[in-house]
Amino acid sequence: MNFEEYAAKPLLAASGIKVPESVLVYHPDAAGEAAERLGGCVVKAQVPTGKRGKAGGIKLADNADEAKAHAKAILGMTIGTHIVEKVLVEEKSDIKREFYAAVLNDPVSKGPMVMFSTEGGMDIEEIAVETPEKLKSHAVDIRKGFSLDDATALIAGLDLSGAEAGVAETLVKLYDAYMVNDAELLEINPLIVTGDGSVVALDCKFTLDDSAIKRQEELATKGAPDKLTELEARGESAGIKYIELDGDVCVLANGAGLTMTTMDVVRHHGGAPANFCEIGGEAYTKAKFALEMVLAKPGIKSLVVNFCGAFARCDVMMEGLLGAWEELQPDIPVFFSIAGTGDEEAIRMLKEKLGMDPLPNMSEACKAAVDAAKGSA
Amino acid sequence: MIIPRKETRILVQGITGKQGTFWTERMQEYGATVVAGVNPKKAGTEHCGVPVHASAVDAQKDTGFDASLLFIPPLGVKAAALDAIEAGAKMILCLTEHVPVHDVMYVMAAANEAGTQIVGPNTAGGVTVDETFMGFMPAFNERIFKKGSVGVLSRSGSLGTLLCQNIVSAGFGQTAFVGIGGDPVIGTTTRNALEALDNFPGTEAVVMVGEIGGAMEEDAAEYANTMKKPVIAFIAGGAAPPGKKMGHAGAIVMGDKGTYASKKTALEAAGVNVLSTPVHVGDALKEVL
Repeated sequence: MNFEEYAAKPLLAASGIKVPESVLVYHPDAAGEAAERLGGCVVKAQVPTGKRGKAGGIKLADNADEAKAHAKAILGMTIGTHIVEKVLVEEKSDIKREFYAAVLNDPVSKGPMVMFSTEGGMDIEEIAVETPEKLKSHAVDIRKGFSLDDATALIAGLDLSGAEAGVAETLVKLYDAYMVNDAELLEINPLIVTGDGSVVALDCKFTLDDSAIKRQEELATKGAPDKLTELEARGESAGIKYIELDGDVCVLANGAGLTMTTMDVVRHHGGAPANFCEIGGEAYTKAKFALEMVLAKPGIKSLVVNFCGAFARCDVMMEGLLGAWEELQPDIPVFFSIAGTGDEEAIRMLKEKLGMDPLPNMSEACKAAVDAAKGSA
Repeated sequence: MIIPRKETRILVQGITGKQGTFWTERMQEYGATVVAGVNPKKAGTEHCGVPVHASAVDAQKDTGFDASLLFIPPLGVKAAALDAIEAGAKMILCLTEHVPVHDVMYVMAAANEAGTQIVGPNTAGGVTVDETFMGFMPAFNERIFKKGSVGVLSRSGSLGTLLCQNIVSAGFGQTAFVGIGGDPVIGTTTRNALEALDNFPGTEAVVMVGEIGGAMEEDAAEYANTMKKPVIAFIAGGAAPPGKKMGHAGAIVMGDKGTYASKKTALEAAGVNVLSTPVHVGDALKEVL
């Protein structure tokens, strides 16, 4: 789960990292009032995405009138797929240097990775590609943690304009905040050195590990949940992973890998998937609800059901599906592919209740669904 | 140890739960050497015909085991795995999905130091055909698993199962199936599993089932390039929209990272046959075996 800047910065402050004073506002008038108090300030769009500056979502203001005008322009603008509903009015900082600092979960070392670069203000992918030699990293043994000595060693040899000690301390505090908050990523970009030598976090990006939400419930309430369509939200509240797509061939399968593959094969045969709908893992008993979900999307033309039982049992999924069938009476053609745990029983039920047989494999089921969708167009 | 053998002595942590019980019975029917279980509240009793201990450390003292299988809820995984590591487990297979990544990394660090191989988390398990299996795989379904010469590895249990079915229906069979798991941080990578299958007795070809996200397939391509045995791959998620987690926490494309194209290019450069759909696996095997 991603956090917007205004929700992420207090996590840094709680670990002792300096952040500029700021006020979150929803209206231009309130931005003006905040600027009245702060003096020279920056008005920043609050959306859970990068590239806000390039999109015109970050503006400097010298006085209250300017802050109000900027807020008026920024509120309501679209950045990425997000409409700006709130802005952060933040005191202006005296920037001498701009650095990059982050801690993230690293799949290669299988532990936390602390990263630092003297090239702040750019995005990290650009730093990694353009000036890899300037990107320093330290793989942490999470059992031992990240000490001031580790931080000092990480930045050794870099010219940080006399802020070396402050930067090292900040990196230790950043690691602390990463640990306390179950972060997947905690990034400060830029981390600045001010004219008077202070080290200050000017922006912050925080991604909470979704698997840790159950032990970070209070923290999670401050995050910015993914923007979901109505159907996606329905799926989420029922514990089913449903992603709405542009096509007209519905996909219902068990397991993430198999569901993705079903979409791929629909595309391979020239069709366009209408959704990703997965009832794997513990959700495999929810086939009834899943069928309701996929059929609820307007404009759909066919459905491919692809069950391959491992943990999820085909017969249990089929029972749920057939339960929903009688209620919903789908009026689009449906094609089945069934294999794995409980397949024989599931095939028998399909034959008995609907008088249908599965196709010999998923490719033929997907192809039949694509052909049916095209035929009805 | 990544691939368990018939003689591998298996401990089941969480054996008394509904899933633990159901799958332990299936494993025993298949011929797996399940020697003991763990449930602190039921220590001293017997379940599925084996003794239940208070901890893996106790189980090691009383019964002795090589590999532990975890049927443990997400927030209990760290303690259970550390227990098994302390007990000297050679391998821990963790089925659980949604384990906090910080907990996984803690377990990895401890396992690395102790020399314990972690498989998973978020895997459906592994099958050593006609010998043993661990986890919730339909090892006993003869239309999916049949003794043969193809090694299979997969990030996804359901998709791996589908490939196995296609391999059998094309007239081939498997030596072993290694499910590595769908999480972003896992103990046994695609490359580790590829290497284990390459060195496993009787394997003549390897089928690799990957998906979008991360860089594991690219890394495995380096190893594939050094192999004498043919490698066939299928990568799921070519049609997935960027920036969305496709069910698996590890399956997400960010910018140009973790894309289908990047994986396909790396694998093909290493001489791997990348399939357009899973059903082509039979034809691809016929070309090389």
